[in-house]
Amino acid sequence: MADASFTDQNFKTEVLGSQTPVLVDFWAEWCMPCRIVGPIVEELANEYKGKLKVGKLNVDENGKTAQSYGVMSIPSLLIFKNGQVVKTMIGAQSKDSFKREIDSVL
Amino acid sequence: MTYDVIIIGSGPAGLTASIYTTRADLKTLVIAGGKWGGQLMLTTLVENFPGFPEGIQGPELMMNMRKQAEKFGAEFVDEDFVEADFSKKPFRVKASDKTYEAKSVIIATGADTRWLGAPGEAEKIGRGVSSCAPCDAAFFRDKNVIVVGGGDSAMEEALVLTKFAKNVTIMHRSDALKASEIMQKRAKDNPKINFFYNAVIEQVNGDQKVESIRVKVNPSDKSLLSKTAEEIEKITPAIFSPKFVSKDKDSITLDLKVDGVFVAIGHMPNTKVFKDIELDEHGFIKVHDHYLTNKDGVFVAGDVHDSHYKQAITAAGYGCAAALEVQHWLENQE
Repeated sequence: MADASFTDQNFKTEVLGSQTPVLVDFWAEWCMPCRIVGPIVEELANEYKGKLKVGKLNVDENGKTAQSYGVMSIPSLLIFKNGQVVKTMIGAQSKDSFKREIDSVL
Repeated sequence: MTYDVIIIGSGPAGLTASIYTTRADLKTLVIAGGKWGGQLMLTTLVENFPGFPEGIQGPELMMNMRKQAEKFGAEFVDEDFVEADFSKKPFRVKASDKTYEAKSVIIATGADTRWLGAPGEAEKIGRGVSSCAPCDAAFFRDKNVIVVGGGDSAMEEALVLTKFAKNVTIMHRSDALKASEIMQKRAKDNPKINFFYNAVIEQVNGDQKVESIRVKVNPSDKSLLSKTAEEIEKITPAIFSPKFVSKDKDSITLDLKVDGVFVAIGHMPNTKVFKDIELDEHGFIKVHDHYLTNKDGVFVAGDVHDSHYKQAITAAGYGCAAALEVQHWLENQE
């Protein structure tokens, strides 16, 4: 399971204030490519347990956060380290390709 | 282990082929790609696929096809194809860092979005530049967007965008649309959609996201060319806050404020990754006898060879034909 569901309300404490790096999956119910990425994100959450906090953010319900990070296409996966965006991955990709991107910043 | 057949691609052609090969009891591997499902994954309602009188969502159709193929035993690798060695048998096909072997191959890699190639475009894909209105339209609520293209897919993208955007403008390089009558009518009847003809995007501007586009207009009414900068700005729709840039004897260049650019000017066949496969003069894979390529044992199906029909149902038909040919070819090898 992904660790968390992020919202406009908890984003500051859960993501920006996190000790470990955080991967945020920006998604929405209507987004078909998100359905492909969803299960991959779940697997990533398991494989990176302890090293990376993984969670989803529904852009329809949490528009403020999505907008403030300039998310204009989903799925978008952003990695935050010490409150800063260190990696942006736009669009569906294979698990290996996500892993390469994650490994490059961890 | 050697597969009877490896199918590269997971759109309607690849998945239909895999349904037929597995049902013929051929050991089948589908190299589906990280973004499996092909172009239909970027669509909404598909109304012209037979058997669905109410229409079916493109991604749902693909998920159904995949389920059907898996039911009959097709194996899937959701990684991107890297390269293939067709010089000796068994053929070797690499996806991500793994190599698989097969007696035969069906290339069904389809086609991908043809981008404009304008400066500033590539960096802003996902930041205001998109090829998928059903994916990204919701981010353009009350915004001002451009759809580039004149075919059915441009009309479709524009119609999807009207649910969210404030203004949708279809920009086309000529004044003759290629879209079917029914799609043109739907677009023209929609009060949110306007048309901007004889215009080509030369540059996409913006810092973090799309802010404006530089457009070169070749007006059919040549009298426009003699107008002053102020007059030209005045007759251009005010929603674009137009800024005159320059003009010459047959064109006017303008900067237009827009929030999004949706590109729907067609597709390019995914052939680059195949080194020894012969292409036709348009860059599509050349079909030899019975869906064979120039390599014996390597077959082709769908949009990667079809520059003409490009429909989900024709791709599925080609997938079926290639699968039957593979079956026949394998029988003759033994």
